[in-house]
Amino acid sequence: MRVIRTFAKYLEENRDYLTRLDAAIGDGDHGINMDRGAKTALNKLESTDPKTPGELMRIVGMALLSSVGGAAGPLYGTVFMKMSMAFGTKPELSDAELVQGLKQALAGIKGLGKAEIGDKTMVDVWEPVVEFMEEEINKGKTLADICGDVVSLAEERMRATIPMQAKKGRASYLGERSIGHQDPGATSSYYFFKSLCESLEGG
Amino acid sequence: MKKLINDPENVVKEMLEGMAAAHPDLVKVHFEPNFIYRADAPVKDKVALISGGGSGHEPLHGGYVGKGMLDAACPGNVFTSPTPDQMYEAGKVVEGGAGILLIVKNYTGDVMNFDMAAELLRAEGYKVESVVIADDVAVEQSLYSAGRRGVGGTVFAEKIGGAAAEKGWPLEEVKRVVQKVADNVRSIGIALTPCTVPAAGKPTFELGEDEFEFGIGIHGEPGRKRLKMKPVDEIVQMMMDAILQDMPLEKGDEAALLVNGMGGTPLMELYIVNRKVSQILDGIGVRRYRTLVGNYITSLEMQGASITVLKLDDELKELLDAPVHTPALRWGL
Repeated sequence: MRVIRTFAKYLEENRDYLTRLDAAIGDGDHGINMDRGAKTALNKLESTDPKTPGELMRIVGMALLSSVGGAAGPLYGTVFMKMSMAFGTKPELSDAELVQGLKQALAGIKGLGKAEIGDKTMVDVWEPVVEFMEEEINKGKTLADICGDVVSLAEERMRATIPMQAKKGRASYLGERSIGHQDPGATSSYYFFKSLCESLEGG
Repeated sequence: MKKLINDPENVVKEMLEGMAAAHPDLVKVHFEPNFIYRADAPVKDKVALISGGGSGHEPLHGGYVGKGMLDAACPGNVFTSPTPDQMYEAGKVVEGGAGILLIVKNYTGDVMNFDMAAELLRAEGYKVESVVIADDVAVEQSLYSAGRRGVGGTVFAEKIGGAAAEKGWPLEEVKRVVQKVADNVRSIGIALTPCTVPAAGKPTFELGEDEFEFGIGIHGEPGRKRLKMKPVDEIVQMMMDAILQDMPLEKGDEAALLVNGMGGTPLMELYIVNRKVSQILDGIGVRRYRTLVGNYITSLEMQGASITVLKLDDELKELLDAPVHTPALRWGL
């Protein structure tokens, strides 16, 4: 729950930034749409009081799907729906279970959007970060241990989209003109992982 | 920038309220989820035609709801794809027992949301087909991009599909003829200015006093290239070259034309654009069967124009001429 609130906070604060990024290589609505989606999700959560993480994820997923629009709506909707399916009815989650959920979410995004690493999309942050998390968890680390590294990696991968040429989405219409601009989807993904880590560190 | 709006967050809702008030004989509006639908829906035993997309392109799509064209139009937020629940609820309201055809403009978001809606409707037992419109020649059709954008050709697709449906054709036939339009239509647009999304408050890109953007899309996104301003006849020549290189026309061919304003360009200028378009086509011996000049698919207040050329055959001509009565298009009735 705290994760969602933190994500929403980041989306609200950075709405203009995301808008600017999206205007450079898209149509300028990513910030507005994600902010609206996050607020819708929070409202829904407040009014429905979910009992399990799985149910919470499902509510967020449906709220995003029906309020964000664009490509981001189905993609972020899928993130939360896949996590919801992975978490099932478990009342609590271990670190390993959370990471498995994120892995399912990544598979969902890739299946829907068909992007690969290097296409200049959210996948450029999601794939390296989730792979790193899985490796470290398998080595026996906890999420709290690796959070600092997760956020740094996400930030680095987000910036790494700058020189890429977009092969997916609206940015791809610009061809070479998309080079030199940070991808908005990768940026909102960075906020996602940052929110996740901040909330975990909080306790 | 100054706009005739109240709270930017409410532009779509208030626009829909205004439309409902202006055209109660033609359309009704459903709120949450938002969609505009034919006042006489559902029309029994007729294929239901549903389209939609981001708001900000009016009259596309809501202005094309009515007899002989769309049964429902689903408006997303400005320049943002509508969500699956909109098309799903609209489908349940307008389906008349003969299935649903979705007309989808080729944008990543639109395609995803309409695909999800189609799944939801099929799960309810409805027959659903879709046709994707990808007529913009500005973008290379390639594996390395999201593909060509759906722009002005969509207007012809909705008119022709609407006519086929109104004649009582079965779903497969309506799909076939809309696909024929998709395969034979090409467009390109240019912009003299960007536009400003109400909630963003700032223009979507910057363009110098003496520059124009060639190969723009309809969402305020930048285009293929930025060039120094020229007299319009030269610009039109470049635009028609781009279209005709991609879809060559020969002496004796017949075409329907859409000389479209992006929202902020005066009709006077659109007619001047059409003057050159006509000269070029007359020069190759192509018969200009029907020409539409005006604001048919806009991008808020962007100054600019787009040209759409649809190569016709007898079947398409008959469907194009068929009666239509919607807020934005009316003939034969």
